[in-house]
Amino acid sequence: MELFDLALIWAFIIGFGVIMYVLMDGFDLGVGILFPFAPSETDRDTMMNTVAPVWDGNETWLVLGGAGLLAAFPKVYSIILPALYIGVFLLLAGLIFRGVAFEFRFKARTSRYLWNWSFAGGSTIAAFAQGAVVGAYIQGFNTVDGVYVGGALDWLTPFTVLTGLGMLAGYSLLGSTWLIMKTEGRLQEWAYRITTPLLIAVLVIFAIISVWTPFVDDMVRERWFDHITVIWVLPALTLLCAFQIWRSVRNRFEGMPFVATMGLFITTYLGLIVSRWPYVVPPEYTLWDAASAYESQLFLLLGLLFVIPIVLTYTAWTYWVFRGKVRAGEGYH
Amino acid sequence: MELDPLILSRIQFAFVVSFHAIFPVFSIGLASFIAVLEGLAFKTGNPLWEKLSAFWTKVFAVVFGMGVVSGIVMSFQFGTNWSNFSQASANFLGPMLSYEVITAFFLEAAFLGVLLFGRHKVPAGVHLFAAIMVAVGTFISSFWILSANSWMHTPSGVELRDGVFHVTSWSQAIFNPSFPYRFAHMVVASFLTGGFVVAGVSAWYLLRGREVEANRKALSMCLWMLLFLAPTQAVIGDLHGLNTMEHQPVKVAAMEGNWETSRNVPLLLFAIPDQENQTNRFEIGIPNLASFILTHEWDGEVPGLNEVAVEEQPPVGIVFWSFRVMVGLGLLMIAFALAGLLLRRNGAYYQKRWFLQGLRFMSITPFIAVIAGWFVTEIGRSPWLVYGMMNQAEALTPSLTGGMALFTLIGYVVVYGLVFSAGVYYLLRVLYVGLEDEDEGEHESDRPARPLSAAHVPFEIEHGQGDVNHAKPANEGGH
Ligand code: HDD
Ligand code: HEM
Ligand code: HEM
Repeated sequence: MELFDLALIWAFIIGFGVIMYVLMDGFDLGVGILFPFAPSETDRDTMMNTVAPVWDGNETWLVLGGAGLLAAFPKVYSIILPALYIGVFLLLAGLIFRGVAFEFRFKARTSRYLWNWSFAGGSTIAAFAQGAVVGAYIQGFNTVDGVYVGGALDWLTPFTVLTGLGMLAGYSLLGSTWLIMKTEGRLQEWAYRITTPLLIAVLVIFAIISVWTPFVDDMVRERWFDHITVIWVLPALTLLCAFQIWRSVRNRFEGMPFVATMGLFITTYLGLIVSRWPYVVPPEYTLWDAASAYESQLFLLLGLLFVIPIVLTYTAWTYWVFRGKVRAGEGYH
Repeated sequence: MELDPLILSRIQFAFVVSFHAIFPVFSIGLASFIAVLEGLAFKTGNPLWEKLSAFWTKVFAVVFGMGVVSGIVMSFQFGTNWSNFSQASANFLGPMLSYEVITAFFLEAAFLGVLLFGRHKVPAGVHLFAAIMVAVGTFISSFWILSANSWMHTPSGVELRDGVFHVTSWSQAIFNPSFPYRFAHMVVASFLTGGFVVAGVSAWYLLRGREVEANRKALSMCLWMLLFLAPTQAVIGDLHGLNTMEHQPVKVAAMEGNWETSRNVPLLLFAIPDQENQTNRFEIGIPNLASFILTHEWDGEVPGLNEVAVEEQPPVGIVFWSFRVMVGLGLLMIAFALAGLLLRRNGAYYQKRWFLQGLRFMSITPFIAVIAGWFVTEIGRSPWLVYGMMNQAEALTPSLTGGMALFTLIGYVVVYGLVFSAGVYYLLRVLYVGLEDEDEGEHESDRPARPLSAAHVPFEIEHGQGDVNHAKPANEGGH
């Protein structure tokens, strides 16, 4: 007999992995999106150096998301990837270009501008594609018997374009507040300056998305608007985080803007989850329909409970090794 | 013309995974080499070791970076193009790939940051530890991924219920019959790759008289290792083949170009397999040798392709020739390793020009052998995906159209083409500038505000750098 509801535990784990990814790769993608707008080439060097030692680890959370979905909820994996076929390709192409830019840019002289573009363009495409995935997820997928039957571009709608832009703005905000924390002088001043406009952009786009979403799907509308429930705490908290970002930037705090931006992401993310819970492939399948075999979920869970604390420990340790401000001219390799 | 999504997806998978595989084999070998160099530097305090290590770490950074980005593509390929396969095999493959992520990828990624950027931020011992952890990570990674792959060749410990594999025994599934052989063969292949590349590059520097002392050390180390590993690889390969004959006899028949099950089978050195007429043209072979190798009896019975229907045969020509390329190169490697031993006396191995030139050429052969080996293994499994249980056509994503598959195939070819050219170009630059640049590195900690560009290898070949003396950064005389 099955002792625990493993599917539920796994939903929490995957949910945790996804938000870890969004927060961690979010700021380094954000740094990439802001790259072309930096005050000078030296500042670009510094910006890249703030993320160079950690970006690989950050992206590994995405790989865990993919592999974990396959292990725990194969139906999600094998429906969503075909449904987003073209989008996934763009995402991966973007990640390839920005990934190699880390290595090549510092070696380049006359062709350096190419790697600047490769880093910025790759980050922007990847961020947009991720936002579009969120939008596609809210829209739901066209399936028959557990198999995706829609077309190649069903995911690309005005709504998903908007969520893509929302993600771009959100990641830029994570990036700018990260730079406030990790840099000083002129570069930090610039990051302070762009944070408030970025915050406004994020709030505007999120507001439009929130108003639009109930029209995209009935279930979401009922959940939020049929009667006022406790879930309204989440948007309230989101606004509180936004206020905190604004206030801490005005007071020139260094760490708080980044922390508050993470808060903003977490509350928005939870809001998204409660809109769709417990559907993991809307509108058809719940997390229990999509789960893999009990013994497979158990086999992986045992290892995970043991290994993830170790992973978190040494990840935290590497952040500690590279703690503090990054200054212009501090070496690569 | 109708575009066939199955063929296109197969080409796409073969392309992206072959591309990916080039980097891991090199980085697995190189990671261990760097860990050894760091260990020697730590123990003896001789700056030569640190110089070598710092140099090869630079090469490693590029190779590893390309391995990571192409690997991320791999982990989504199953879902995008082979979603029915993902759905069916998730109960086993999902946990395998996830274990790879949590036990290997995180470890590599975290300690890679410290290895590349932390030389002056952490104590020497911790830096050594980071190098070791990266090397360990590469082995753990190969363990899981090769277990997953081997299971597709020799599935066991599972039961097929309603089109979905359910695991009945984890230990049988993970340690499936072909796994120990494939793992050993692949690890040794990685060391051979690292060994021949380092040997080839060191030989090239010796030919040009650059950094003679350090490069002699590196070359000598490599030759000792190759002397031991090249023959070992042949023995493991032989055992691997025997195991394959037991579990996938048709694949062995294709490797040998043997159409009918029979005794006294010759070892073919040359032939043109003709699948249409189910026979070979222009056979040249050594009588009875295939029987002897595969059964250890001169008149042993060797399985033939006629054991299965024509539609269930793999494409014989590719398997047959890829196998010959791999084994041929393996024998050549053994020859070079032995030559290295014979030339040991009075240091001829670092003086004889023909030998050094030969080693230069040898540095690309392991890559060719590895790709050829994978072609044998993977194409020899065709038309099966999970041997005897699920074929390729059943595995394909149902909603995939030929147009979509073609679009992404072209996309990957273009993206990889660009990235790969840039990567190779930059690697050549790193090699070209060479170890001399590392003298610079020792001063790094004293001068944190030194302009970045000086310590780095320029991407473009600039005028005046053709001459070795100019390869050092211009500000080198400053301290
Ligand atoms: C975990 C699974 C796995 C792993 C580790 C590998 N492969 Fe594989 N390979 C497959 C799973 C697979 C597959 C999904 O089963 C494919 C896809 C289409 C097919 O026919 O089999 C395949 C096909 C395939 C083909 C085309 C065969 C054909 O279409 O007839 C080639 C040339 C390779 N692979 C090469 C490689 C290389 C160079 C690898 C080294 C890293 C490798 N494979 C690892
Ligand atoms: C088709 C199957 C494969 C998949 C899905 C796959 C997946 C991946 C992924 C996602 C990464 C990036 C990890 C990171 O972010 O650090 C990676 C890297 C790596 N893979 Fe693979 N891989 C496959 C085949 C192989 C094989 C056959 C080997 C070797 C035995 C291998 C060895 C490695 C190693 C050592 C790395 C570390 C980074 C590097 O390439 O230098 N992989 N792989
Ligand atoms: C010299 C004698 C060698 C023999 C007799 C040999 C034998 C084999 C055999 C029989 C296979 C197919 C396994 C299967 O049935 O799936 C294989 C695969 C392979 N070989 Fe070799 N091999 C030799 C040398 C080499 C060398 C020198 C390399 C690379 C440096 C290499 C790399 C590979 C790889 C990467 C594979 C695919 C993975 C696997 O199945 O292990 N081999 N080899």
